[in-house]
Amino acid sequence: MTETLLQALFFQAGYNAALVSLGAALLGLAAGAVGAFTTLRRRALVSDAMAHATLPGIGLAFLAMAALGGDGRALPGLLAGAALSAALGLILLQALSSRTRLPEDAATGAILSAFYGAGIVILTVIQNVGIGRPAGLEGFLLGSTAGMLRADALLIALGGALLLGLLASLRRPLAMTAFDPVHARMMGIDTRSTDLMLLLMTLACVLLGLRVVGLILIVALLITPALAARLWSDRIGIVALLAGLIGAAAGHVGAALSLALPDLPTGPAIILLAFAAFVMSALLAPGRGLLSRLRRAHARPGV
Amino acid sequence: MAPADSATPLPEIALALSGLSVAYGGMPVVEAATARFPAGSMTAIIGPNGAGKSTLLKAALGLVPALAGEVRAFGQPVARALPRIAYVPQRAAVDWDFPARVIDVVQMGLYRQTGPLGRLTPDLRARAEQSLADLGMADFAQRQIGALSGGQQQRVFLARALAQQGDLIVLDEPFAGVDAATEAAIIAVLHGLRARGRTVIAVHHDLSTVPAYFDRVLLLNRRVIAEGPTSTTFHRDRVAEAYGNQLLTAIPA
Repeated sequence: MTETLLQALFFQAGYNAALVSLGAALLGLAAGAVGAFTTLRRRALVSDAMAHATLPGIGLAFLAMAALGGDGRALPGLLAGAALSAALGLILLQALSSRTRLPEDAATGAILSAFYGAGIVILTVIQNVGIGRPAGLEGFLLGSTAGMLRADALLIALGGALLLGLLASLRRPLAMTAFDPVHARMMGIDTRSTDLMLLLMTLACVLLGLRVVGLILIVALLITPALAARLWSDRIGIVALLAGLIGAAAGHVGAALSLALPDLPTGPAIILLAFAAFVMSALLAPGRGLLSRLRRAHARPGV
Repeated sequence: MAPADSATPLPEIALALSGLSVAYGGMPVVEAATARFPAGSMTAIIGPNGAGKSTLLKAALGLVPALAGEVRAFGQPVARALPRIAYVPQRAAVDWDFPARVIDVVQMGLYRQTGPLGRLTPDLRARAEQSLADLGMADFAQRQIGALSGGQQQRVFLARALAQQGDLIVLDEPFAGVDAATEAAIIAVLHGLRARGRTVIAVHHDLSTVPAYFDRVLLLNRRVIAEGPTSTTFHRDRVAEAYGNQLLTAIPA
């Protein structure tokens, strides 16, 4: 087992394992870095709703492609369906929170559960009517790296690189809008477009992550590395960078672990590792960590 | 209203509101406010809680939508004059646990110079550092903003506005919950700005300091009650009028 783990960590465990490991690491890098801004702008719950809202789109895209006589499981089609349905969820969420008296978190919860429920119904119908060959669709819920192809890894690599470039070029407006949106507007920043870009980048992370960690867990890969990184630095650029590195490490090690322990599913392994990084940071980080707080309290006699 | 082609060399008007009305959810908050703020003046906006002071300023700057009215800054529509205006929001309006150092926040005031990608040139860095030094905060540049006292946070906000080098500085309750040293530092900076011809407008609460700090007042209680030089406008009956209405409506009939 240890041998397999070491081989996997150094990309020596075969071509497919290397693809999975690389894909998961790049996904973690992009999701961690984008997620730092998503979290600071307080869009964590919204991104979770967006992720769950992809499910009906995946089911409907499968049906459409199967009905047209194609392969219902073609990834580009499924991703397009997922994106459309997440966008619809966002638009409805916007309408619910601006046109009704529902508080935003309640509206978000309503959209999340309604879309997810609709998605499960559609998947069940697909399985019962026996259209196409639906095997594997449920893999989008929690991720399923078993059948990951070269094209999938390439998609994650390209998408991730694009996202990181976009993030680097928008970092100032994103940071200023997250810290003080009113001042950002005074400085000539179009905060609505900036927020929209952030949501689109978050959605892109969700889509890239469907194969690896799945739509239920992707939110954890967006926010947990950011929370861990925040404990180590007080500068947003460094927080985003560290979050990306923590996400990449969790992705890579998680993929290697699940190869070494075949009963351990990849997506959950990645999420648990990211959470472990957060726990370690909460204990050990200088300044904000529990240990250094205890030491400071101890050093102050009489407290 | 003076005709636009008037050739009289009147003092330039930094900010002019005419008939500005704002409502939140159907409730009028500011009604038909008309006011002029001459360049080089320092005006206190005073009035009871809920009088619409903050809203008036936000609507004037286009930060909340107005129902009606027109706002011009330096003779231009306010949207076009924004590069000349620095706004200092209430300290409580932001999350101070945000991962930023003091100098990072001040440098946000340089965005019009740097844009999203431009480099912070040595000149711009020096400008940010000088703004901090003007408020006695030079030693705090590398501190995390959450580790500051309320007064220090207020000074950082003002330093960010100074870095913008605006001709009009609009402040929303700059003295709320700050210590005496901060209040003195802020007022010294604001008076220095006025001496250099800049225009200052501030929402202010402490009536006892109005004559010492401000040369003009605007008394507001949804409507403009009075507006003018402190010496002629800041009188007991006028202030009572601005505050009294609120007291009356607070008593159940």
